Order: sequence, then structure tokens, then C-alpha cells
Amino acid sequence: MAKAPLAITASKLTKKFGDFTAVDDVSFDVQQGELFALLGPNGAGKSTTIKMLTTLLRPTSGELTLAGHDVAKAQDSARKSFGIVFQDPSVDTEMTAYENMELHAALYGIRGSEIKARVQTLLELVELWDRKDALVKTFSGGMKRRLEIARGLLHHPHVLFLDEPTLGLDTQTRNLLWDYVKRLSQEEGMTVFFTTHYLEEAEAVANRIAIIDHGKLIALGTTKELTKQTNTKTLEAAYLELTGKTVRDEAPGRGDEWRARHRSRSMR
Amino acid sequence: MRVIYTLWLRQIKRFFRAKSRILGAIGQPLLFLIALGYGIGSVYSKAGQGNYIEFLVPGIMAQTVLFAAMFYGAMIMFDKQFGFLKETLVAPVSRFKIMFGGALGGATTATLQGLLVLLISLFLGFRPHDWALLPVVVLVLGMLSVAIASFSSGIGSFVQDMQGFQAINQFLVFPLYFLSGALYPLQHVPNWLRIVAECNPMSYAVDAMRGLLIGQSHFGLPKDLLVLSVTVVVLVTFGAYRFRHIEA
Repeated sequence: MAKAPLAITASKLTKKFGDFTAVDDVSFDVQQGELFALLGPNGAGKSTTIKMLTTLLRPTSGELTLAGHDVAKAQDSARKSFGIVFQDPSVDTEMTAYENMELHAALYGIRGSEIKARVQTLLELVELWDRKDALVKTFSGGMKRRLEIARGLLHHPHVLFLDEPTLGLDTQTRNLLWDYVKRLSQEEGMTVFFTTHYLEEAEAVANRIAIIDHGKLIALGTTKELTKQTNTKTLEAAYLELTGKTVRDEAPGRGDEWRARHRSRSMR
Repeated sequence: MRVIYTLWLRQIKRFFRAKSRILGAIGQPLLFLIALGYGIGSVYSKAGQGNYIEFLVPGIMAQTVLFAAMFYGAMIMFDKQFGFLKETLVAPVSRFKIMFGGALGGATTATLQGLLVLLISLFLGFRPHDWALLPVVVLVLGMLSVAIASFSSGIGSFVQDMQGFQAINQFLVFPLYFLSGALYPLQHVPNWLRIVAECNPMSYAVDAMRGLLIGQSHFGLPKDLLVLSVTVVVLVTFGAYRFRHIEA
């Protein structure tokens, strides 16, 4: 029997903005069903990496597959295979929670009879079923994030991308959110790829952790492997050992600045 | 088709939920009709040109559609700002469907606003000379609105923020409007202005409306429809091309 395809393969992934290299020759594989964290200081190349993985940016060079689909050659199959919760909200706040789900179903070609049951299951999972007909603009930040997770799961993705999903959420919501994610990953064998600045989350949730800095992948392994490699006791200590203690620029990364000057020329 | 329909429906729902937009859709053309219609109308009829309100109504209908369809580009700016655009850009759907579905929705609401002006003008005593031509009126408004909504999607695709969009919007919309013959007949204007108006596709939409509603046409309906058709093709292509390169 053929082995299940890897959930994500990135090979020599590189993204240049003009003469600035935001992501530099990054390679890694993620197994199906794995919980994988990508960590790194501000401006290290996390966002650029996740944008390339989710087809929002085209790599300058390198290869990328999602659930066995080549992102460059089979873009639509690759797009069907993942769901994403963006760092900033991306729900339509002038529509109801249910309408947002319906819109997503239409975009992903999910048929009529299937939709109702699936939407109900997911909205119940994130505890929003009783608010399904309320306009999303009446939701709190945490509720919007939960809706986005439910929406991202609607089309049964192989891979769920979460870009700093717990940013700005209170501890209760954060715990709840990771509970759903872990449960789903176990129940549906779904791969989860996430970025976060909270190292304790990465330590508690991720099977493996990749650390990126200055566009380069500088470490990859389990928490144990990373602490052993750096001769430290906690993931946080290992992370600081690897990336240094200097505070990084909070301003938009150089990639963003470059894009602001040279718009367009991205992807179809 | 389902994707286009769903994105179309989204625009329709959002329009009817925004009461301020509906109020604006009634208020602005009403102001134009009353202020210009009665303000300039007396001079117009003294000059022996007849009823100015009658002349003005088709122009204000076209103007309303122009402004409303240009507003669709602002919806794209909102989608950028509030992040919804990203949801559509990672979906397994062609960019053309995303652009066209939304633009059709924006065009539909713009056409409805144009027809609303016709309804309002009935209360001001306006009577179309032949009601049977109403479907063609809808067609012309529809063509104009699809062209302009696609055009504004194209602009919304590469402009970064709402201020920038508003600046470009006003820079384009007012010349298109004022140099179109929406407010004055093109027969007696200086030559240079007539030439400018003849190069402005908006003039043909205004002229078609006037021909259909009050039986006065400067260019003739066949020429109007031909220019409008070409404009639709060119501007939908422009919108689709620019939207392919949009960044969330």
C-alpha cells in the first residue's frame, strides 16, 4: 500500500523582495496528523512563509506541496486541501455567522445537502450555534476567531493553518481554542501548522517545532531535541539561545515595505 | 456559477442591510434633480429649450448609476481592510469569478438606484415617452453599471487605502460626469467640449437614456449601444486583469 502523502513538503523555499531575501532556502516536511509550530522573532520570515504555504504569495524559487498537490502546478487542488485562520479577522462582519459559513461552502464547492449538517456540527463545536443568525459585527474578538476556525474546517481540510490564532485572546478562550484544535487533529487526522509568540503554547501543543530567523530555518525538532541541542531546560530558554535576546523591530518587516513600493505581480 | 451567484448575493444583502446607503441613494439624486432642475430649469426654458427636468432626468439616472457603481471599488477596499478579501483569495476559485461576482452585485444595486431615480422623478412630473422601452432602459443602466463596477474593482485592486481610492475616484468620476452631456445638450457647446464629450463613454450612456426616455438622441441609439458594448468588454477585461494581481 502506498504511504499517505506528507501533509506539507517545502523544499529550498525562497522568497526575495528586490534584493532583500525574506525567506532563504527553507526546507521541511510535515507529517499527516502532525501538530507543527513555526516560531521566530518579528520580521524573521514567518508571515512570508505562511503566505507562500497558503498560496497568497508565489515563491521566488523552491518547491511546495500540500497533501501531495504541487502548489505551483495544481493550485486549486492545493487550495482545497487546507483551511486557514489568518492573524487578522477575515470574516464578513456585515453578514451572519451562518451566512459566512454558506459563503465558504460555495467557494469550496460543497453541495447543498451536506452543508447544513456540517455547519451545525462545527458551529456547535465552537459554541456559536445559538448565535448563528447574529451579524458577526456583534461578536467579540474571541467569537470571531472561533467562527474563523469553524469556517476553516468546513471543507474537511487536510491541513489547518493557524497564524497566531491566540493573539489578543484571554486565557480561557486560548485554552478552549487549543482544546478544539487538538481534538480535531486527533479525530480527523488533520495536520495543524501554526505560528505563535507564546512559547508555552508551542511546547504544550506541538509535536515538532521549527524556528526561523533572518529568513533561515535555524532549528527543527521536538521540544526535547531543541533543549538538548542548546543545552537548556525549557523551550523558551532554547528559543532565546537560538535567536538571541535583542528586541526586534516591531515595524512591518522589510518584505512588507518592499511590497508597499512594488505592488502587484503576486499570484493569480 | 454558484460562486458568482453567492458573491453577487452578498453585495445585494449588504446593500439592503445598510440603511444609510439606501437613504443616500434616494437623497443625492433628489437633491440634484430639485436644485438643478428648478434652479437652472427656469433659465433653460426662457432660452426656448423646453422642460429642463425632462431633459435632466435621464442624465441624473446615468449619474446615479455611475456614482453607485464606482462605490463598488470602495467595497473592495473594505474587504481588504477588514480581511474578507483573503478568504476569497485562498479559495479554490478563479480570480475572475471573484471579481465578476462582486462586480455584478455592485452593478445590480447601482442599476436599482438608477431606477429608483426614475421612480422619484415620476413624482416631480416626469413621464417617459414610451413605457414599452423600459426593458431597454434597464439594459443600458445594466451595461453602464457592469462596466463601471468592473472598472472600480480594477482600481480598488491596486490602491492601498480608502483615502487613495477616494482621491482617484473623484479625479475620475467628476470629469466623466460633467463632460458627458448629463447636464447640458451637446448641440450648442463649443467644439472642444463636444470633442471631449464624444470621447467620453459616459456620454453615450446618457444619450441612450435620453433617447429611450424622452426621444431626444444626439448620437443615435445604435451608436450608443455599440460604444457601451465596447466599453463593457474593455472595462471588464481591465478589472479582471488588475484583480489577478491583487494583494490582500
